[in-house]
Amino acid sequence: MDVSKEMVREIILEVLRQTQDSKQSAISEEGDISPLQFKEIGKAEPGATRHEVVIGLSPSFGSTMTKTIIGIPHREVLREMMAGVEEEGLKPRLVKVNRTADVSFIAHEAAKLSGSGIGIGILARGTTVIHQKDLAPLQNLELFSQSPLIELESFRSIGRNAAKYAKGESPSPVPVRSDPMARPRYQGLAALLHNKEVQHAKPDMASTEVAVQL
Amino acid sequence: MAKRQKRFQVLADRPVNKDGFIKEWIEVGLVAMDSPNDPKPGIKIQGGKVLELDGKDRDHFDMIDTWIADHCIDVSVANEAMAIDSTEFARMLVDIHVPRSEIVRLSVGLTPAKVLDILKKMNVVELMMAMQKLRPRRTPSNQAHVTNLKDTPALLGADAAEAAYRGFSELETTVGVGRYAPSNALSLLVGSQTGRPGVITQCAVEESLELTMGMRGLTAYAETVSVYGTDQVFVDGDDTPWSKAFLASAYASRGLKMRFTSGTGSEVQMGYAEGKSMLYLEIRCVMITKGAGVQGLQNGSISVIGVPGAVPSGIRAVLAENVATVLMDLEVASGNDQTFTHSPIRNTARMLMQFLPGTDLIFSGYSSVPNYDNMFAGSTHDCDDYDDFLVLQRDLQVDGGLHPVTEEEVIAIRNKGARAMQAVFYELGLPAITDEEVEAATYAHGSKDMPDRNVPEDLRAIDQFMKRGSTGLDVVRALAKQGFNDVAEAVLGLLKQKVSGDYLHTSAIFDTKFEVLSAVNDPNDYEGPGTGYRLEGERWERLKDIPQAIRPEDV
Repeated sequence: MDVSKEMVREIILEVLRQTQDSKQSAISEEGDISPLQFKEIGKAEPGATRHEVVIGLSPSFGSTMTKTIIGIPHREVLREMMAGVEEEGLKPRLVKVNRTADVSFIAHEAAKLSGSGIGIGILARGTTVIHQKDLAPLQNLELFSQSPLIELESFRSIGRNAAKYAKGESPSPVPVRSDPMARPRYQGLAALLHNKEVQHAKPDMASTEVAVQL
Repeated sequence: MAKRQKRFQVLADRPVNKDGFIKEWIEVGLVAMDSPNDPKPGIKIQGGKVLELDGKDRDHFDMIDTWIADHCIDVSVANEAMAIDSTEFARMLVDIHVPRSEIVRLSVGLTPAKVLDILKKMNVVELMMAMQKLRPRRTPSNQAHVTNLKDTPALLGADAAEAAYRGFSELETTVGVGRYAPSNALSLLVGSQTGRPGVITQCAVEESLELTMGMRGLTAYAETVSVYGTDQVFVDGDDTPWSKAFLASAYASRGLKMRFTSGTGSEVQMGYAEGKSMLYLEIRCVMITKGAGVQGLQNGSISVIGVPGAVPSGIRAVLAENVATVLMDLEVASGNDQTFTHSPIRNTARMLMQFLPGTDLIFSGYSSVPNYDNMFAGSTHDCDDYDDFLVLQRDLQVDGGLHPVTEEEVIAIRNKGARAMQAVFYELGLPAITDEEVEAATYAHGSKDMPDRNVPEDLRAIDQFMKRGSTGLDVVRALAKQGFNDVAEAVLGLLKQKVSGDYLHTSAIFDTKFEVLSAVNDPNDYEGPGTGYRLEGERWERLKDIPQAIRPEDV
């Protein structure tokens, strides 16, 4: 067989391409990120300290789903969000909201349980709300409705801002990216993911306080 | 794959393959218009009351069933209408020998499942035929979005003036920063009446503020009052059909035009579609609207378009929901207002479904600003597509509501819109709009070309403006005092219409002299070739005359 330079080049390029392809698919396959090891502490109770922000997790967060719609592992999402709260000198507390997959209600529940009255709610696909206990459930302090546009660093800023609200400050809202093409690419998938998550909601079950080693 | 086929590699990079497609998941309702969980049509009436609706007896009605049974279905024609075979009814919708009046006499006797069963029998060409025949207003028209990233008033005024001048009958704005809402509403009011007297405007924000601005005369209609097709989603939104109907009557009592909003996919998007098809649930929304006595509906999936757009026959379902709306004798503002694809080919194909037959408002709306400035998250078409749109009108001899303009005219009208805003801001004591801003707005492509304003100062002044109780009349006074008499006259003309209320009729828009054009005095009389709206005469001469066409005598 006559192996030309050109052919060798083609083969090398092809191998490279395949390696890259397999890397990409590793990110997008559900099974490849292991679930978070949540330790259940018990029924979630209202906090006594003003120095906390409660983070409300949706029914599938970190368990039946393990990454956001754009593939950010839930482990990293939580690490950043909690670090953001801690940076402001407050303590994050994790609560799993079992009864609903509606992010407004999850965030409102977290706020009501939070000693500071400030809570964050997050869905498995990444949709996030910062809430305050005295607001109506469908209001919010900050809303991040477009899950495909929430990058890893935004989660740290969200934690930081929530902590600032808890301290009585009025921070500038976390900048939200806008991309008209997020809808055509992700809206169908978002509906699919949401319906999967809704199936894990247990309407009669109280929220659970959890801890996790990240 | 060991080795990629080169054509497939090219295909993989095409815009259409950036779109998300989903296979049907019937159990949760991720299906466009045909789910085995959709009910079978049926009705039982006793003593003038609907006892059974689509296989469910009254004891098992949910909130929406009750509303539709008690407020939408006309029991005097229900038995007659329901007895017509669905295929036969579908044929009546396309049959030029069955007049529209006969269809809408019967349609109010149909149940939601029956409407679904009828529409399912129709392909897109038949659905377009039905739209051509059934839309309430004979003359088609169009609506535009006017927004920008900075909420900057001079640009909003200039853009509204241009959009009105280009032919849109309605302009809709919303905000980047919530507290700018009254300023944006004011900018559209002044800009629109500068561009073309009689164009009506609205500002889509939180419901009570929206109503307040309408009552103050800063807006002339409302559109973003949402209804949903399952109880759970309705309740999650803190609403019921009754609360929405109450809001609708608040608008009517102040002489303000309004329509509801809904769209296929919203229920499944929120996770509570109960396994029903998107179209079945949307038909329930159409009938909620009819039952509330509201004159019209904005639908065509709207902000959920990515969901029906991702499943098979989804875009057909979107056209079918528009047809369901006009079938119920309601004005339709037919979507085309949100980006739904990366593919220009898909984008145009989706738009033709409403553009070709003509609807009351083909877009709701068309982005009159570059999509980066579109605060409704982008529309299917924006200001950069104007010439394509005008050429499509010319190629196909179809009236999409716009007409050709020259650059000189647009510069002049934009400048006047921005100057009128400058004058109004000055008289009302709002932070000055500088000459530099007027100049920038006149020649701008979008907000990137505008200088920044002092936002906190603007917001404080706008709060004060609202606290003072300022109204549309203050705007009239300000314009007149600054010498913009024609614009003052037009704004006053608009305010007067809220007293007479003629534009509360179905599908109402105004011409330049504030003459109402509605389903009452301009009813759609399409009955085949030679009837209905025809793009001809003076209007056709104007639409076909695009400036870039070569004149034979010049060569």
